[in-house]
Amino acid sequence: MRLALVGVSHRQAPVELRERVAVDAQGAAALARELAGGPVPAGCEAVVLSTCNRTELYLAAAGSGRQLDEQASESLLALAGDDGAALAPLLYRLGDDAAALHLFRVAAGLDSLVPGEGEILGQVRDAFDLGTTGPLLDRLFRQALHAGRRARVETAIGESPASVPAAAAALAQQVFGGLDRHSVLLIGAGKMSELTARNLRSRGAAIAAVANRTAAHGEELAARVESRAVALDEIPALLATADVVVTSTSAPVFVVDQATAAAALRARRGRPILFVDLAVPRDVDPSLSAIDGCFVYDIDDLEAVVQASLAGRRVEAVRAEQIVAVEAERFREWQASLAVVPAIASLRARAEEIRTGELAKAEGRLGRLPESERKLVESVTSQIVAKILHLPTVRMKEAAAGADGVIYADVVRHLFGLGEEEQS
Amino acid sequence: MGELLVWPALIAYGEAAVAYAGILRGHGGSSTRLGIWGVRVGWLTQTALLIVQALDSDGFPWGTWAGALNLFVWLVVGAYLIWGCTPRYRLLGLAVMPLAAVLLVTAWAGGGTGATAGDTPGSLLALHVGLMLAGLAGLTLSAGLAGLYLWQERRLKQRDVTVLRLRLPPLEALERLSARTALVSLGVLSAGILVGLGSFERGDFDVPMAVTLAIWAYYATTLILRREGGLRGRRLAALLVLGSALVAVVLPLTHFAS
Repeated sequence: MRLALVGVSHRQAPVELRERVAVDAQGAAALARELAGGPVPAGCEAVVLSTCNRTELYLAAAGSGRQLDEQASESLLALAGDDGAALAPLLYRLGDDAAALHLFRVAAGLDSLVPGEGEILGQVRDAFDLGTTGPLLDRLFRQALHAGRRARVETAIGESPASVPAAAAALAQQVFGGLDRHSVLLIGAGKMSELTARNLRSRGAAIAAVANRTAAHGEELAARVESRAVALDEIPALLATADVVVTSTSAPVFVVDQATAAAALRARRGRPILFVDLAVPRDVDPSLSAIDGCFVYDIDDLEAVVQASLAGRRVEAVRAEQIVAVEAERFREWQASLAVVPAIASLRARAEEIRTGELAKAEGRLGRLPESERKLVESVTSQIVAKILHLPTVRMKEAAAGADGVIYADVVRHLFGLGEEEQS
Repeated sequence: MGELLVWPALIAYGEAAVAYAGILRGHGGSSTRLGIWGVRVGWLTQTALLIVQALDSDGFPWGTWAGALNLFVWLVVGAYLIWGCTPRYRLLGLAVMPLAAVLLVTAWAGGGTGATAGDTPGSLLALHVGLMLAGLAGLTLSAGLAGLYLWQERRLKQRDVTVLRLRLPPLEALERLSARTALVSLGVLSAGILVGLGSFERGDFDVPMAVTLAIWAYYATTLILRREGGLRGRRLAALLVLGSALVAVVLPLTHFAS
């Protein structure tokens, strides 16, 4: 069985070309079925992985890898339509071990724009579910998912946030722990504010209110985050109850200054409050951070936290690469062992044939034995055959992992005359 | 022979302290595992040491300052083991384990880890000492948690860029846990004082008793202020750390100076 991968990703192709070959879930399933039933050898397997950063076709079949390559390339270029000529030089083609290693790296998030991003593992799983798989791609994708999970569990590659909204939400958790019983006040209805609100909500926080100068915008955002819109003059009262305050207005002066905050903080009776100030110029007076229990992060602070997190991810990526390499080597060994499987199966079949043949010859004498003793003879002879064949089987599989697997298989076929009777 | 057990206990505590320090150098997972195992092995070994001491001594073997220190270390590490020896609170180990190792060395140097003739103070007084030491051990752990709070709070205030890479438990959790630990410890301390009052006679009131009652009043006031007066955050943590520092300085002077 040969494995072929043809794809295009953010590393080579701009979004204008990537979007031409992107397919949705239904399209991926249909394309996989089409490829599996195409003019390639019978029993072909196909999986289409299509995300915003890549579209990759994985094919596996017996026979020539070049034929698989051509089939996959044609399909991908056909998807691009008129842009096929521009796309052709940007395609990458990988086979067998290199293709497997690539998929393992993709699943671990090592080939992503942000190393270790978590979404890709789910996308690989979806592609696998929608694909037309057989023994090779089934094993390949299962092992890729395992490698992806290991990379995330055994390293911290996916732990730290990779965006400003995620960093803001993670900081809120560093102050409050679980956000289930904590509320958020949004001041301003900007895009970043909404993304941060979504991040906080995904971690359990409730958006208490959206305060915005333009009431209509505030109401729209409030509807999207299941909250209520309030006027700006309600902010001082809301500061007494909200635990996280996200600001993103275009006001030229501080929206939350010392005077506004002081009364509210007294009412909080020492409960901490986190200000996430995404606005430029800033909305929150930075001197508030001097107050006990009051934490203020502006956009530069958050960017710096994200950069430090990304640097940490790059360090962890080195460890993740080692895990991926180990998993890729395991897959290579398994794939190589496939070369000796027919020889092993023939050897076992031949041994079983001899065993049952000899028992049949002795049937006259064995027939006089009670049923329990006949079963004992069956069992003992089976065990003898299994024990004799155990070591050669193990050795052949070990040899298969190296370059000698096929030679071993040929030697076994020759020594035991496997397949000769069929030929004669 | 039993005294030799102090060495494996010390090595295990030292190993745990070094392993926890490794977390700061970025060896998170393996350091945490090594640290936790060091705490477990060290504590079990010290337990064996205490059992041997109890069997070899005629009376209560921890009546001297060094003996009390030995028992105190065991209680502190025991409290940490039950309360916070998890990957989430691994950095608390960084505060507790070096302290435990240093105090155990001090106890050993003062002869508190060997077999002694021992006093025969009666079971009530032994219970009194045990409860007092357990209460103080709990308060030490509470101070460790409060110290962790102050560190985390400082990092958040200063907008330390590594705040999400080297993660500590959330501030609210640290505050809640340090206050609860102090409350439980105060309960144990109160029980110790009540047991001590059982053998109290008119005219016995002395400086150590006054200091003990002052410490009790200090923590009780702090906790009442937290509940009723909104004393929280940095000020509460600072008071818990200060209380523990006062205990560490004043109590040995008043109880063992003679």
